[in-house]
Amino acid sequence: MSQTFKKETFRDDYTFSNSPEAIKRFPFPFPEDEYMYSVNIEPHVKTAVGSVTEFAVDVDEHYVAECEDKKITLEKDPDRYLSLPHMMDAQWDTLELIMDSMSSDYPDQFTLTKDGDNWTWVNKPLGITNQFVFGDATTLPMEPLEYIGRQVQGDWVVLDQRDNNLFADAAIVTSQADWSLAIDVGMSYQEWHGPVPIANEIGVFDRALKYLLNLQLGSPVRRLNWTMTINPRLDTSPESYPLWGPDRLSVTPENVGDKVHLRVELQTLFRLPRSNGIVFGIRGYLISMNELATNPLWAKRFHRVLKGLHPELAEYKGLTYKDVTVDWLSKYDDGTPSE
Amino acid sequence: MSHLNVKVAAIEQVTEHVKHFTLVSENGEKLPAFSGGSHVVLALNIKGRIHRNPYSLMSSPLHTESYGVSVRKQEMSRGGSVYMHEQIEVGSRFQITYPVNLFSLSKLSHKNILIAGGIGITPFMSQIVDLNRLQTDYELHYAYRSPEHAAFREEIEEMCGDRSHFYVASDGQMMDFYALLSKQPLGTHVYVCGPEPMVNAMIAAARELGWPEKHIHNEQFTAPQIGDSFKVKLAISNIELEVPSEMSMLEAIEEAGVDAPFLCRGGACGRCELEVVSCDGSIIHHDNYLTDAEKNSGKKIMPCVSRAKCQNIVVNL
Repeated sequence: MSQTFKKETFRDDYTFSNSPEAIKRFPFPFPEDEYMYSVNIEPHVKTAVGSVTEFAVDVDEHYVAECEDKKITLEKDPDRYLSLPHMMDAQWDTLELIMDSMSSDYPDQFTLTKDGDNWTWVNKPLGITNQFVFGDATTLPMEPLEYIGRQVQGDWVVLDQRDNNLFADAAIVTSQADWSLAIDVGMSYQEWHGPVPIANEIGVFDRALKYLLNLQLGSPVRRLNWTMTINPRLDTSPESYPLWGPDRLSVTPENVGDKVHLRVELQTLFRLPRSNGIVFGIRGYLISMNELATNPLWAKRFHRVLKGLHPELAEYKGLTYKDVTVDWLSKYDDGTPSE
Repeated sequence: MSHLNVKVAAIEQVTEHVKHFTLVSENGEKLPAFSGGSHVVLALNIKGRIHRNPYSLMSSPLHTESYGVSVRKQEMSRGGSVYMHEQIEVGSRFQITYPVNLFSLSKLSHKNILIAGGIGITPFMSQIVDLNRLQTDYELHYAYRSPEHAAFREEIEEMCGDRSHFYVASDGQMMDFYALLSKQPLGTHVYVCGPEPMVNAMIAAARELGWPEKHIHNEQFTAPQIGDSFKVKLAISNIELEVPSEMSMLEAIEEAGVDAPFLCRGGACGRCELEVVSCDGSIIHHDNYLTDAEKNSGKKIMPCVSRAKCQNIVVNL
């Protein structure tokens, strides 16, 4: 299948937009008019052709521009890639998983040739070719997780499993929704979920951890999460807060449609073979309110979800512009059932 | 749950009671990579009934053209190991699960003490390959009954050199856990796999010497035991079934066509845990997963190995 990649930006002039096809495949995350946390984990199996879960790792029209944006973020802040020394096996596992998926699912764009441990990787969209020895980090221009992390959309956190717990001991994160890798690296599962309101109290995380500790090789899982962002900005980290935080005050009834974006994370979890670790992929999809409103059901339902959102969740997600967005969306909600 | 279709490529009689099986993928492709200490569950069709038995992968995690498993013939078992010994031939085909690791090496340890008793040597064979590759400090202590039972000793000596130590019971050689564990540097982890009394004695010694719990690792698979038959009601599926005396509760649930979760089938991983709604007798716990408090509460059961001594038990499934 052929894919054309858009030339666009996720900062400064913000030229990012979704084509009609991208809107059609957007992973709208609300099955109901209300939202509350749940252990909404399901098997990460292939779904319909063209959907974002057709393949294990999704490559879409924003691929080249996102990788370009990632590069800028890493140049400004090299600490967006961190790895503890014991994670090298897990790094190679992750590289293999991503390269295997991308080359078998998008053979026109990516090829991987394996001759024993001598591998050749060709990434046509980014113009990258490398020959290297699998397992020998000196044969790559950088550590394996950073190398492949720069060539795939989304953020990737690699977890070590020990003491009946999971530890975020390596990661490449350049599009996180306001959490800090420099602060969270090395943390246990409970520590990095500590700040999340309500979900902790209702036991969501304890149940999910138990499930993840038994995650099986060959049976990855996924879930959707969501938040909102002003402007189509990928890098909304605490480190760059001065660059995006104030934008939240710029929302007016006139510019909601352009500025306010729903940000959906397709979170995938794969057991890694050699390291017995887990890789956690967090792939963000952005859609402006104008784009969202081209689907009447989505606009109606999102109006209801946002209007009824628990205040603690709105606060945790930083939705200071919630009310003006609810007002804007209300014109799409005629009060009839949303199904 | 994903499965792999394999066939037996070679069988070797290792000792009088132990056979080694080389498994290759049916389509000729490489099998998945895995980590040292992993096991797979074999699904064997014995007289029309599927038996699922876990066995450690003994082959090198670096070379997955084939997997190796070793099986000790257990005359008193419900038939899985006897079937492997007597019925499985080169060319036999069956399904296995993807590798699962419930006995993984800690990546933060400075030194690893591996303690094996008898067939308990099997999970260490793949761990040794990982330890050698990662150049981590370790010692292997392997106890067996008599020289005829010295399974894999030559391979071990070749892989471990002077890191390996052997204890032959018939020669009066015994492992002294206290002496062994009391001289280890800070940051050492200990791993034990073998007969239950040995595992318990090792754990007791480590605790008494003040070892942190997180540094003590053991792998103990229990086999489902025979017992009295009993009736089970699945509250969510609204199905009633009978567990015959020679079948496990999990097997009986599967036979009734209900898709129950499971992983290790040896009472170790916790995946098949079921909530007990009511039981008009008592639960006989055989697993190593639930805490004593959980067992005493009577609210949970691991149907892969545990049974009930009752007329009726109702579980949420």
